[in-house]
Amino acid sequence: MTRVAILDYGLGNLRSVKKGVEKAGATVFITDDVEEMATADGVVLPGVGAFSEGMEKLNEMKKALLGYAESSPVLGICLGMQMLLDVGEEYGIHEGLGLVPGRVRQFPEKPGYKIPHMGWNNLKIVNDDPLFEGIPDNSYVYFVHSFYAETAKEYTLTSTDYICTFSSAIRNKNAWGTQFHPEKSGETGLKILENFIGML
Amino acid sequence: MVLTKRIIPCLDIKDGRVVKGTNFLGLRDAGDPVELASRYNAQGADEVVFLDITASKEERGALIDVIRRAADELFLPLTVGGGINSIGDMQDLLRAGADKVSINTGGVKNPELITKGAEKFGNQCIVVAIDLRRNDEMKDGVTVIEMPDGSLCWYEVVIYGGSKPTGIDAVKWAKEAESRGAGEILLTSMETDGVKEGFDIPVTSKISTEVRIPVIASGGVGKLEHFYDGFVYGRADACLAASVFHFGEMTVADVKEYLAKRGVPVRI
Repeated sequence: MTRVAILDYGLGNLRSVKKGVEKAGATVFITDDVEEMATADGVVLPGVGAFSEGMEKLNEMKKALLGYAESSPVLGICLGMQMLLDVGEEYGIHEGLGLVPGRVRQFPEKPGYKIPHMGWNNLKIVNDDPLFEGIPDNSYVYFVHSFYAETAKEYTLTSTDYICTFSSAIRNKNAWGTQFHPEKSGETGLKILENFIGML
Repeated sequence: MVLTKRIIPCLDIKDGRVVKGTNFLGLRDAGDPVELASRYNAQGADEVVFLDITASKEERGALIDVIRRAADELFLPLTVGGGINSIGDMQDLLRAGADKVSINTGGVKNPELITKGAEKFGNQCIVVAIDLRRNDEMKDGVTVIEMPDGSLCWYEVVIYGGSKPTGIDAVKWAKEAESRGAGEILLTSMETDGVKEGFDIPVTSKISTEVRIPVIASGGVGKLEHFYDGFVYGRADACLAASVFHFGEMTVADVKEYLAKRGVPVRI
């Protein structure tokens, strides 16, 4: 059975991610040990919270994670996705993992728009990818975030409109990321997790 | 493509069981919160709120067990409230699988709880629930709200399930909660709660335009159009209801179908 490691760097509701990935058909273990992580078929980088705090906690695992991603798939969720990028702008400028070219920006204020972007919004497929196999255009997924990914179209799998049009799922080589929470997005989210596991 | 308006059923829980009657759904076990929540999930609920109405220390274990089971079976956002007075209370619920915790009386008595919770768990985890009541005795410094009949009043925060007035201006309190790091505000008006004549539109609209974070309207739904009014006139980002769903007067799917027909964006 496919084994997935959820990287525990001290933030986030790991239980829901674990259950989601299990439901999607993998054996899951939660770990903060990079050697143990290396034995997995794929890694999920979860996360809620602030970019700076996340990266601070992730920094000691950074080298191992970059090495792992050279040959094996990594899926970042929400903050986990944002940390795949080069730079974050939350509470100052912070270096990310640099697995996907781009930066994390704060939503500008716009009348009539609440921040955080919280709730169900839809996905527009930008580039076909196995992660979205069987997911129709305009499917609804659940978002909670105040910062968004700014990356080139070639790295954008889906886009979503809120205040601006932003990249709601991204990919470069072995690194995938979703700004939304597949583990909180019902059947659509479980299908995306299944697709990820299917690639391992 | 827009962010959709959310419909949120709320389940009142005591000793790990749903309090209000739920036989209408034909559930095998009418009182099991997880079973009822999964029915709401199937109807298209966008989130589910569990409100522990006993919230005594001794019975906390039953609630934790409910949250664990719900988080294991349901893949949608879960909010838990009732008797949260410490960071430890929040941590227990979040670890059990809650995505957000709703702080009410505990936050009024100790506002630092909001600040510390947001710092530790992130703003998106912290819902500040505000119970409020209309007050016609004007005084200096309050936020004046004009009612549909032209009369002026202000809204006061009430705590302990609506039983104790605090003298705190609800609009100011909502703004303070936002500045302390709340990710969302859940408003329940004692004027409309249980009356089934619709949400308290004037105060919901006022607070929703005064804060930048999402606002959930609660208290007073009796008819489908009340949801429409909550979103359109109350400017709510989400509407919460309990009894109309519990007693089968309408399903979440009915509400969404109705709203979609009237042009309110909902996830169907």
